[in-house]
Amino acid sequence: MLESVLVANRGEIARRVIASARRLGVRSVAVYSEADAELPYVREADSAVLIGPAQPASSYLNGAAVLAAARQTGARAIHPGYGFLAENPAFAASVIAAGLTWIGPAPSAMEQMGDKINARNLMEAAGVPVSAGTRQPVADVAAALAAADDIGYPVMIKASAGGGGIGMSAAADPAQLAAGFETARSRAERFFGSPAILLERFVPRARHVEVQILGLADGQVIALGERDCSVQRRHQKVAEETPSPGVGPQLRTRMLAAAVRAGETVGYLGAGTVEFLLDVEAGDFMFLEMNTRLQVEHPVTELVTGIDLVEQQFLIAAGEDVSFAADQVTPAGHALELRIYAEDSKRFLPSPGTISEWVQPTGPGVRVDAGYAAGNTVTPFYDPLLAKLCVHGADRAQALDRARTAVAAFRISGLKTNLEFHADLLASAEFSGGNYDTSLVGRLRP
Amino acid sequence: MSEVRAEMVANVWKVVAAEGDTVGDGDTLVILESMKMEIPVLAEDAGTLTRLAVAEGDIVQEGDLIAVIE
Repeated sequence: MLESVLVANRGEIARRVIASARRLGVRSVAVYSEADAELPYVREADSAVLIGPAQPASSYLNGAAVLAAARQTGARAIHPGYGFLAENPAFAASVIAAGLTWIGPAPSAMEQMGDKINARNLMEAAGVPVSAGTRQPVADVAAALAAADDIGYPVMIKASAGGGGIGMSAAADPAQLAAGFETARSRAERFFGSPAILLERFVPRARHVEVQILGLADGQVIALGERDCSVQRRHQKVAEETPSPGVGPQLRTRMLAAAVRAGETVGYLGAGTVEFLLDVEAGDFMFLEMNTRLQVEHPVTELVTGIDLVEQQFLIAAGEDVSFAADQVTPAGHALELRIYAEDSKRFLPSPGTISEWVQPTGPGVRVDAGYAAGNTVTPFYDPLLAKLCVHGADRAQALDRARTAVAAFRISGLKTNLEFHADLLASAEFSGGNYDTSLVGRLRP
Repeated sequence: MSEVRAEMVANVWKVVAAEGDTVGDGDTLVILESMKMEIPVLAEDAGTLTRLAVAEGDIVQEGDLIAVIE
């Protein structure tokens, strides 16, 4: 097992990784910005290092400051969490060059999957289904219009280096494409440092289903089931569940096999997620992208499998066997994750502020991964995720029941949250019935 | 006269309009950024932008004055 780990992240995910480190006897080091000194994860780590001012570029995105903190504390491994430096192959390479253990895949695998156009082409060549779309960056509006004529409207516009739904939009006709293309390009440049854009066929009734994979130290890649992430606002996930109500046994077998093939194609090591779009009407699935890191919604997989994914990341990074029998994983029951955001429940606009009251639900099957506590200030510098409310039940009906009770019991005061949205989601016939798609939130909040 | 105020704590990412501009109802004056989201601040009236109270990089608090349109 690793001797020590520095967690190059903040909030709930830093706390989550530190908790596993503590349980396994791995010394943990937190890093924090001036805005985060009071957060629970900073106190819960064995030691903590201030790495810079609030602006992410000066702190959590500052690879040199993170490496300096590792030197200062003698941390021997780096866990990047998700976001920030987690999918930055140059940073991963600098960690390895410094003689430290990078808890993640090889930088080459990150690079191959980091560019969506490259990843699509690679997957297509490996026999993983991809949607109709562009095979090279779309240079300008004229090229976009020509490509869309081939693909057929509506099309989806995406940043090739992108993520988190930023800059993404659907275009139903050439006028919308021309407008959306310019917006996507400027956002892609600003947020991801690359203006490369791709177009894909837009699937009107789609579910977003992803597969958790683990690349083991011996080179074998295994799949640990799927997660349905179709509840989205602004192309960003709000709630997830496993198993997916839209995936039957045969489709599941095919999706898991395709995800394993995707991982094998890039020699994947550690925890990763292969995202697919499921065309509800056609019953087909297509590769969207691969996230080469631990996923925000990994707890639902942990709840149904009983496997601590962070522990497996540690073991794999140390070159050891995982803690479970890889061929004997049988998911049990149903799990949901609700992302509790600091945003209003109607328009989903950010709501930073100071938390005056924080009372978490407890009870059978309830797990809360929280980044904040009463008295903390939620600043405008980072994403709005306050906590992940996760529930596990013997079946979907019990999980939904437990989720409704837990949402009603969760009390956060001092800022606006989307708890009321989650109550509405859980009360809606469409979500409860399970036959929903990615346009669900738009119907709940027209 | 109409005053445009910040709806939330945010960073002023871009100032789109300038003092003295003639603006229409719904025109974007400033783009705020909070929690990784861009939030355009729009004119709620047509008129002349007589005052622009923020600059790029400023942090505004909820209720802070952003602009005055007359």
